[in-house]
Amino acid sequence: MSILVKNLTKIYGEQKAIDSISFEVKKGEIVGFLGPNGAGKSTTMKILTCYLPQTEGLAKVCDFDTRAQEQEVKKRIGYLPESNPLYKEMYVKEYLHYVAKVYQLANPMQRVADMIGITGLTQEQNKKIHQLSKGYKQRVGIAQAIIHNPDVLILDEPTSGLDPNQLVEIRKLIKDIGNEKTVLLSTHIMQEVEAMCERVIIINKGSIVADDKTSQLKSNVSNQTIICIEFAEKIQIEDLNSVKGVKKVEKEGNEYKVYSQDKTIDIRQELFNKAVSSQWTIVSMKQETRDLEAVFKELTQKTK
Amino acid sequence: MKSILIKEIHAFFSSLIGFLAIGIFVGITGFMIWFFPTYSVLNYGYSSLEMFFSLAPILLLIIIPAITMRLLSEEKQSGTIEWIFTKPLTDWDIILGKYFASIALIIISLIPTLIYYFSIYQLGLPKGNIDNGGVMGSYIGLIMLSGVFCAIGLFASSATTNQIVAFIMAAVLSAFCFGGFDLVSNFASFDGMPEYIIKNIGISYHYDSISRGVLDTRDIIYFGSIIFVFLYFTFYNLEKRKY
Repeated sequence: MSILVKNLTKIYGEQKAIDSISFEVKKGEIVGFLGPNGAGKSTTMKILTCYLPQTEGLAKVCDFDTRAQEQEVKKRIGYLPESNPLYKEMYVKEYLHYVAKVYQLANPMQRVADMIGITGLTQEQNKKIHQLSKGYKQRVGIAQAIIHNPDVLILDEPTSGLDPNQLVEIRKLIKDIGNEKTVLLSTHIMQEVEAMCERVIIINKGSIVADDKTSQLKSNVSNQTIICIEFAEKIQIEDLNSVKGVKKVEKEGNEYKVYSQDKTIDIRQELFNKAVSSQWTIVSMKQETRDLEAVFKELTQKTK
Repeated sequence: MKSILIKEIHAFFSSLIGFLAIGIFVGITGFMIWFFPTYSVLNYGYSSLEMFFSLAPILLLIIIPAITMRLLSEEKQSGTIEWIFTKPLTDWDIILGKYFASIALIIISLIPTLIYYFSIYQLGLPKGNIDNGGVMGSYIGLIMLSGVFCAIGLFASSATTNQIVAFIMAAVLSAFCFGGFDLVSNFASFDGMPEYIIKNIGISYHYDSISRGVLDTRDIIYFGSIIFVFLYFTFYNLEKRKY
């Protein structure tokens, strides 16, 4: 087991940051760690990386306890903290070389060169870190996290503040790394989870509210289907409401969002029949797939 | 520890702090003991480096806090402290790496002052008429004293995220440890035994003692324990995050 967390609790003063959470991550999995701000994502990651000790419970990385075998854990983890702290006065190459030395790697020069190649920093390798744009700083952050070939990668919001092109590249980079390693990454961006993670853990107010395969999660949570329908004519919402199986109708621009009472009922047929009998012209009709964003909202808001 | 040590020494010299520290130390002592008439060795008439050894601690009181102020406070400020604590290093690796880097810088800035010694050695009448034991003792005393100031500076740096606060704290605390106890001991009410004890706590008493060229184990133990106490306080400050 790459990561094992059991009944983990962290209390800051009076405030409970995480409340008895448990989960496991198997070797080679890419797991998305989701949650609103202040849910306890970063705290969990800080405990896993031995930066903070937990108040109660157990955290293990590669079967080493984060409290009793700190150094063993630290050697096996690559960590990118949330704010991506770097020594801004150092040169990219110099910094990576320093990191390699800290990890006491056998062949630091070679590893630094490899990392620069993998993360696409070749053009920037002789610049000072503070001269780099945010995307390149992020790459340096990722390079330092993987330089010692760790078994487990913990990335705290690795893609925040990147432009769309960089986003795609960094995601690809993480996905490539994830082929061989265990990755736990936190994010706010749902598309990212869909694009990269096989599994999602959603945490809210210090407790885990969902832990499932990304695809499963999407279908499990929603208990209704949503049909987006557009008519050429102006129609009354009440008319749509009267269709059999319809729970509620919302108007959004020219479109109507029709919610079914149950996900087993397909209301498209009923809607079509209704349109024909009322002589409305359907311009478009599509079934909305519930995306993770909606799932996330549902899970993290209902517990309020 | 070694990786931190090398990195910090590198940082001193890539950010000008190192050159400034050496330049100021060597420049000011050079001018004071060779050029300006007030303290000039040439006017003094004796082949002695006493002037240098009484001036150096005062300069170090300013220079050492300036080089130690950023060591930990900058890491705390920029968040790199989280990065460094998640690397396979112990807290002591970090503390000692940074501590020895600052000591190394001070030793590097002491090396050019050996020229003063050789000059006076040549100028003595007869040639070489200089208290070698005293000079050696004084250099050792100066390194010991720098050791204490660096430990105080590192401690001050670990206590705050603001470098200026760290600087002022280190300078005031070092100055008090250096000369403050002497001043306090001079109150009339402390006459006798208390005066001796209070003086004994201060650095200058032990510094003067070593400067005479006598390496007394009591002085060595004194410096060693003060250094340990402040490094331990630093360790405590770093560990505090966990509670």
